[in-house]
Amino acid sequence: MEAHFYVSSSPHIRDRESIRKIMFSVVVALIPALVGAVYFFGARALWITVVSVLTAIITEGLIQKLRKVPVTISDGSAVVTGILLAYNLPAGCPYWLPVIGSFFAIAIGKQAFGGLGYNPMNPALLGRAFLLASWPVRMTSEWVAPRGGTLSGITTWTGATPLNLLKQARKVIHHKELYTDNKIQESFRILSDISSSYSALFWGKVGGCLGETSVILLLIGALYLLYKRYIGLEIPVTYIGVVALLAWAFNGTKGLFTGDPLFHILSGGLILGAFFMATDMVTTPVTVKGKLIFGAGCGVLTVFIRQFGGYPEGVSYSILLMNLTTPIIDRYVKPKIFGHKKVE
Amino acid sequence: MRVISEFTKGFWKDIPPFRLVLGLCPTLAVTSAAKNGLGMGLATAFVLVCSNVIISFLRKIIPSEVRIASYIVLIASFVVIVELVTQAYFYTLYEQLGIFIPLIVVNCIILGRAEAFASKNSVIYSFADGLGIGLGFTISLTVLASIREILGSGTFFGMSVFGKSYLPFSFLVIAPGAFICLGVLLAVMNVFKK
Repeated sequence: MEAHFYVSSSPHIRDRESIRKIMFSVVVALIPALVGAVYFFGARALWITVVSVLTAIITEGLIQKLRKVPVTISDGSAVVTGILLAYNLPAGCPYWLPVIGSFFAIAIGKQAFGGLGYNPMNPALLGRAFLLASWPVRMTSEWVAPRGGTLSGITTWTGATPLNLLKQARKVIHHKELYTDNKIQESFRILSDISSSYSALFWGKVGGCLGETSVILLLIGALYLLYKRYIGLEIPVTYIGVVALLAWAFNGTKGLFTGDPLFHILSGGLILGAFFMATDMVTTPVTVKGKLIFGAGCGVLTVFIRQFGGYPEGVSYSILLMNLTTPIIDRYVKPKIFGHKKVE
Repeated sequence: MRVISEFTKGFWKDIPPFRLVLGLCPTLAVTSAAKNGLGMGLATAFVLVCSNVIISFLRKIIPSEVRIASYIVLIASFVVIVELVTQAYFYTLYEQLGIFIPLIVVNCIILGRAEAFASKNSVIYSFADGLGIGLGFTISLTVLASIREILGSGTFFGMSVFGKSYLPFSFLVIAPGAFICLGVLLAVMNVFKK
């Protein structure tokens, strides 16, 4: 009799989808952005991605051999980590950067916790955070201007990525007493020019990490994953919605509700982060309500970092921080057990 | 010889931060450079030896109801000695270790040895125990600090190791690097233990 009762942890319902199928669909969904990166930043973007993916696969295999557990490099999860890490690097970075970052992402971010399914944080983002802490200059000064465009995406401004430009301009405007009139005039001009960069941002003709710039190509991949139902809309929509709302409300320089929400949606790594990294099945909440909390939290933190933080962009840190809250969210946002009623 | 075994256990079997996983606060906080690790280790070792000897000497007089308070007072006296000596003769080290010298008072290794060993054993064994554990702690801190300094700043005791072309691994110098470095060392030691 007892043998008929199995006690196991969720998920209890299984279907024919395998890890391998899902992971390779994610790889397929990420390919348009890679094509865009190669077009805009040159073949180096491809080589950085290849180096990153190879390192991730080799590290995964080696550590699984050392741990004496089945080697699962063919399930594609290391490939996805490698690609996502490469997409978070500037196209002009030296090749040892993706090697060390990928190694750290897999060895410490994933295998040290027990492998796929046990990692509390997104390994690729952890790798990026690690690289940014180790070699901040290498990670933020090797930008490559896209083919036929400028780093900022605005024809009149050549230096700095779009968010960097915005951050510098806001800094000048908020501390007017420290700067010359000329500089202040220039900053106001930057802010008014920013809206002319929408199309460059949308197509990806701006400087930035190699896989994050082209909104349209990332959206094509995301649509494929949405169609296959490997990702849900809950997190991306709340994430992007909250960023837009808060940026509109608080990021303006002429008072409340004068910010530029469209610029904030299109620039930086928001689309890549919201659709491909904040939707990671392992590190995000299970329930719909939990996902909404997760997405909103990411949005609040992203705007907070973009507005007040030391870095111009906050997508990676906000997702990492919210990854850490996932166990708490899952604990407190439990669906009601079927048939139970709250005692009055 | 029991004296020898009490002394040598501090180097591998009971090596403080790695095997006992005690005293992690200074282990993580001051090991960003080899010099700081060594200085902190020696300061702690001195306090540990002195407190072990004096507590073992007084173990029959100290009433057990107030023993922790008494130990703390005794330990604090030695910490003040260390603090004044480093302030007088090693001022740069004193400035770099900062609050962590006074914090030796509440170092759980020292209180742990007082409570678990010195209060139950004779003076000579307590001396051997304190010296062994103290030197083991010093070695652990120096090793951890050396790894962090060599890779994180490219220097060893302030001397350049890899030359100018080396791009320092600055992650290892900051706090998360300390945790990860300690974790990796613990893992390696566990492999060797097996």
